[in-house]
Amino acid sequence: MNDTSKFALALGDDALTMGQRLSEWISHGPFLEEDIALANVALDFMGRARMFLSYAGELEGEGRSEDDLAFLRDTREFTNLLMFELPIGDFGQTIARQYLVDAFEAPYFEALCNSKDETIAAIAAKVVKECRYHLRRSRDWVIRLGDGTEESHQRMQDGIYEMWPYVAELFEMPEYETRLAEQGIAVDRDVLRAGWEKEVMATLAEATLSAPQDGHAIRGGREGVHTEHLGFLLSDLQFMQRAYPGLEW
Amino acid sequence: MNAAAALIQPQVPEQVLTALQGVVDPEIPVLTIEDLGILRDVRMAGDEVVVTITPTYVGCPAMVEIRENIEKALGEAGVEAFRVETSLSPAWTTDWMSEAGRRKLLEYGIAPPSPRSVACPQCGSEDTRLISEFGSTACKSLHQCNACLEPFDHFKCH
Ligand SMILES: [Zn+2]
Repeated sequence: MNDTSKFALALGDDALTMGQRLSEWISHGPFLEEDIALANVALDFMGRARMFLSYAGELEGEGRSEDDLAFLRDTREFTNLLMFELPIGDFGQTIARQYLVDAFEAPYFEALCNSKDETIAAIAAKVVKECRYHLRRSRDWVIRLGDGTEESHQRMQDGIYEMWPYVAELFEMPEYETRLAEQGIAVDRDVLRAGWEKEVMATLAEATLSAPQDGHAIRGGREGVHTEHLGFLLSDLQFMQRAYPGLEW
Repeated sequence: MNAAAALIQPQVPEQVLTALQGVVDPEIPVLTIEDLGILRDVRMAGDEVVVTITPTYVGCPAMVEIRENIEKALGEAGVEAFRVETSLSPAWTTDWMSEAGRRKLLEYGIAPPSPRSVACPQCGSEDTRLISEFGSTACKSLHQCNACLEPFDHFKCH
């Protein structure tokens, strides 16, 4: 795989694992409208995964389709960031992850709209519109739950603590991505850090939540070194294709 | 707003256009793909008709069905050589929805895309509130009218 193909694959894997996790909420949401909202956000991530994985396969040039890449790779071949594969936990933990990711992705995909790779830029231009209302929604939830009851506050705070060690990875780039950023195809993630911190700190303050100290960071996703959770996620996601190879709807 | 209209090459036979005008959104069947601005371009490549469409939302589940419906409509109209292509750029926006489409949506009970106040499609009151960013499908949000109390969908600005 060339650099751009690896990059598209990584963004596709991020979207696929997040979409799969969110879809676990379907029919388990706290109330009907929220159930539908979670399913819709999951759908947005799945749509994004399809576009990036298709493109990764196309660039690779070995005839692998989006389905081949989604269903027939093993954990070590997945390059999603670790935060995306973590279990959904309770609603507080789901919202914590969503918010921390949305706060990164809205400006990230906005910047990626200027990618010199036309396909990446076109996908980013579609994705960024959805990121904006994802962020609006998850930010509202953080504030409502944080500044809510004693229990909702505690769960929201726990969710933020749980996710915090995985934040550092959002701003790291493997070598191929750094090369792509130099060519104007990818975006320098570190440049977005200050804006992200400003957004997140303001929201946490409004939500009466405390910001964790930056402590140890957990990383490895882009190199294919994952938490134990990814294997379980993939066994759900890939079961049908593994059990009945070539099965079609 | 007329960047909205699909580009149709004059050489494209009438029967192709008539067939395409009958293809509707499976989730909002009062809207044709032309009303929605999904239909971007119809042209001839030799004897082959090339229809270009663009997705609304990245995860829009209706896109597969829309593509199949286009193929079915062209097949039934006796068009022998055709292909349907998807283009991502420029990204679709609700600004491409036609005036006719907006009117049909309103008559159907869905508030057309509006960046500011969303008026109730039942009584016209602008005193309405957002209930959820997501309605019955990915492209809609859920609102309620404070005047007549009726809940309704709004086709989100995108
Ligand atoms: Zn009303």
